[in-house]
Amino acid sequence: MEIAAQPAETQEESVNYLNVNHTVKSWLLTLDHKRIGILYLLSISLFFLIGGIYASLIRLELVTPRGDLLTPEMYNRVFTMHGVIMIFFFLIPSIPATLGNFLLPLMLGAKDVAFPRLNLLSWYIFIIGGAMMMYTLVSGGIDTGWTFYPPYSSIYSNSQVTLAGVSIFITGFSSILTGLNFMVTIHTMRAPGLTWFRMPLFLWGMYSTSLIQILGTPVIAITVLALAFERTLQIGIFDPKLGGDPVLFQHMFWFYSHPAVYIMVIPGMGVISEIIASMTRKAIFGYHFVAFSSLAIAVFGFLVWGHHMFTSSQSMYQGLVFSLITYAVAIPSAIKTFNWVATIYKGSVSYDTPMIYALAFLGLFTIGGMTGLFLAAMGLDIHLHDTYFVVAHFHYVMVGGQIIAYLGGLHFWWPKMTGRMYSEIWGRISAVIIFLGFNLTFFPQFVLGYLGMPRRYHAYVPEFQTLHVLSSAGASILALGFLMPGIYLTASLFFGKKAEANPWQAYGLEWQTASPPPLENFTYDPVVTHEAYDFDSVKEIQEAREKVAVTA
Amino acid sequence: MSAHSEHHVVPVKVYLAIFGALMVGTALTVFVAQFNFGVLNVLIALTVACIKATLVILFFMHVAYSSRLTKVVIGAGIFWFAILIFMTITDYRVRQDWHVGLGSLEKPAAEQPAAPQPSGSGH
Ligand SMILES: [Cu+2]
Repeated sequence: MEIAAQPAETQEESVNYLNVNHTVKSWLLTLDHKRIGILYLLSISLFFLIGGIYASLIRLELVTPRGDLLTPEMYNRVFTMHGVIMIFFFLIPSIPATLGNFLLPLMLGAKDVAFPRLNLLSWYIFIIGGAMMMYTLVSGGIDTGWTFYPPYSSIYSNSQVTLAGVSIFITGFSSILTGLNFMVTIHTMRAPGLTWFRMPLFLWGMYSTSLIQILGTPVIAITVLALAFERTLQIGIFDPKLGGDPVLFQHMFWFYSHPAVYIMVIPGMGVISEIIASMTRKAIFGYHFVAFSSLAIAVFGFLVWGHHMFTSSQSMYQGLVFSLITYAVAIPSAIKTFNWVATIYKGSVSYDTPMIYALAFLGLFTIGGMTGLFLAAMGLDIHLHDTYFVVAHFHYVMVGGQIIAYLGGLHFWWPKMTGRMYSEIWGRISAVIIFLGFNLTFFPQFVLGYLGMPRRYHAYVPEFQTLHVLSSAGASILALGFLMPGIYLTASLFFGKKAEANPWQAYGLEWQTASPPPLENFTYDPVVTHEAYDFDSVKEIQEAREKVAVTA
Repeated sequence: MSAHSEHHVVPVKVYLAIFGALMVGTALTVFVAQFNFGVLNVLIALTVACIKATLVILFFMHVAYSSRLTKVVIGAGIFWFAILIFMTITDYRVRQDWHVGLGSLEKPAAEQPAAPQPSGSGH
């Protein structure tokens, strides 16, 4: 990168996006993508805490075979609220809305996203939807499971299904607007020299995710709205007595909700690419393949939804097709995994906190993905459907994949976002605790499911108790692991040592500007002259910048 | 194409012509609804509706004058919707055949009510 610069470094400490204005109003009306990213970070952390409390209640109940802590009705509400909050209010917005919002313009060398006002609007829509969900929660909750299947949800449930549906409908627009904003920004605001194939792989991930958000989210919005109308007005879309079909709901629901898995995990894969490249000081092996595999996952992920419906009345022939395509869609994920491993091979690896998360991701995501193939086999799925095997599988993908990647990314870019270094030793300790706690929580669930423990039951036969106790013990370790970053990251804001512009000696435009970045991201107009992950040029670029800063 | 993308002023005449075409389409739908074409009833109504929607998208929403990228985005939206409809309808078509096929494989015994299939949920 070359620099047409002003003397930026000399006044590094003076004005940045954080200290430019301290009023609450300046935060609530901000159009700065970095501040909006922070607003999202705070809001989703709150939702993660609430979802986590529900998870703890589930694991507490399952310590004993008899349902003695919660009533069955209460238990139904608890696991439903856990799923709904974690999926719609934490996992889906997590990486795109926090790290994505913060980093996307920085990585592009842009001053902001294409539509800053729309960006702020999307946060407000998210908050309105979230507030409605909180009201749902205190006014009776919902007990349908996060999948809202009729006829239970449309006819029999006595809980706040309509309210929850409307809240998810509203929140969906926040996701669509973010996706739209990112897509337009990537198309129109790349710095001079930043061609498509020089973009960091994180941006390819964000682009693919935006594609799913724009094309898929309207379908879930209309599905939950149809459910709300079905409940209130009996319009007869899902009720056979009125000419409808409950399985139609499953088709519509999974048309979005399978790709939604990729909304959660593709950004995570993007984060992992950035971390692995920087921590091994090597360009990602097979850049083009990794970039295109994100797009392939986004597109082909839309053709596999029927694998959730093998035990419904879905046609067996249709099931065969869905099963086959599901196997095919595993290929791009495998390409990524092999390429990451090939990148690490013979790299000069440093085991800083983000890299520990990245290595954990590789193992856990592989287990999560491979067990997905078990479930995509129609015959085996009859045995495993609706058991704890499914629960373990998607937690390996969602927590072992997405949340691990999110935490890795948060640690990787924390110095950039806050200008402070966190305690490296505590970072490593908590990463290892999370890894161990996670496996202890969810590995026994594979065994439980294989042995026949159904999901969503609040009581079970005594034979399963040992495995359930192991799982609950793991959950308390995991909870401890999740609380630790909350503490030492917050502490770093006050006591952490100041971060340099590029603490990891990483390649990328976001590392070229100060930590935390100035209000308009760069004090010069960035120009890109190297391929992505050209670590040999990092020093050269830095020296060129310093020279300009001195002579200017 | 992209040269047209900025501030294309559409003459009022075009709007009026499209409005006229939409009204004709509406009248046509009402008119054909008075006859029974059997299976074609829905097909005819949907064909007219699709033509009308296309006119609205192209002219009222200015897509005809937009950049190629905008057209691709809109095309993708329609294509994705088609995937949803196509694969869902396929299920309904072959689901029927499968139950019939199963029936013919079994002994021609007295009709048994099909056991209710548990409809569970995935991840
Ligand atoms: Cu799926």
